[in-house]
Amino acid sequence: MILSNTETIPGYTITHHIGLVQGNTVRAKHVGRDLMAGLKNIVGGELKGYTELLEDARQEATQRMIAEAEAKGANAIVNVRFSTSAITSGASELYVYGTGVVLG
Amino acid sequence: MLGAAITGLLLLIGVFFGGRAQRQHLADMDRRAEALSDIIVTNLKTIPESGQPPILVTGSVVIAFDYFRQFVAKFVMFFGGRITMYETMLDRARREALLRLLEAARAAGAREVHNVRYEFSRVGSAAEQGPGGGAELLAYGTAIL
Repeated sequence: MILSNTETIPGYTITHHIGLVQGNTVRAKHVGRDLMAGLKNIVGGELKGYTELLEDARQEATQRMIAEAEAKGANAIVNVRFSTSAITSGASELYVYGTGVVLG
Repeated sequence: MLGAAITGLLLLIGVFFGGRAQRQHLADMDRRAEALSDIIVTNLKTIPESGQPPILVTGSVVIAFDYFRQFVAKFVMFFGGRITMYETMLDRARREALLRLLEAARAAGAREVHNVRYEFSRVGSAAEQGPGGGAELLAYGTAIL
């Protein structure tokens, strides 16, 4: 599966548009991580636990998008976009979407 | 009185350790940026042909909105104007996210990264404007070999 956030891929021709494919996941923070984050809020800097959590979640969302594209017969996803939104104070939604295409 | 003393102490700890961590981080980023300076980065949508499939690369970082900054920002917000502390904080985070993206591109053997986009979102308790919490900065783009 070829993934790109550009609309076209030079050297390849899009022979068929499959349509919008997407993947999402909602992750909640973990108490231990949150405790560390509380301490970090005194000195500032990176919240590594959160970085890893969101990174994992984003990979999972991407895998779901790829699975949907494969099921629909696409061999590439173009114009991929990521979006994150905090839905409640302890949880975030990671969303990834793009256009599934068949490259010739 | 005791509460004020604890707050004062926490603020001092924040100023001292936070400032030191910031200087170290900036120096560290300068070194890493130097090592990755040969990769071409653009936010152009049209990418050159390379004969090989492109790779989607990402880099992200979650930073804390520390109490010291929030405390000072509250004062500044009373009068309005620039909040330079937040400017530096966001700039550091954005640079870090881009460096991680470039490191991912380097690991994949890419020479160029195009159509780089940034995403920003609040995470943790700050999502409801309370104190603390953090913000995520994500950079993503298309790497070509």
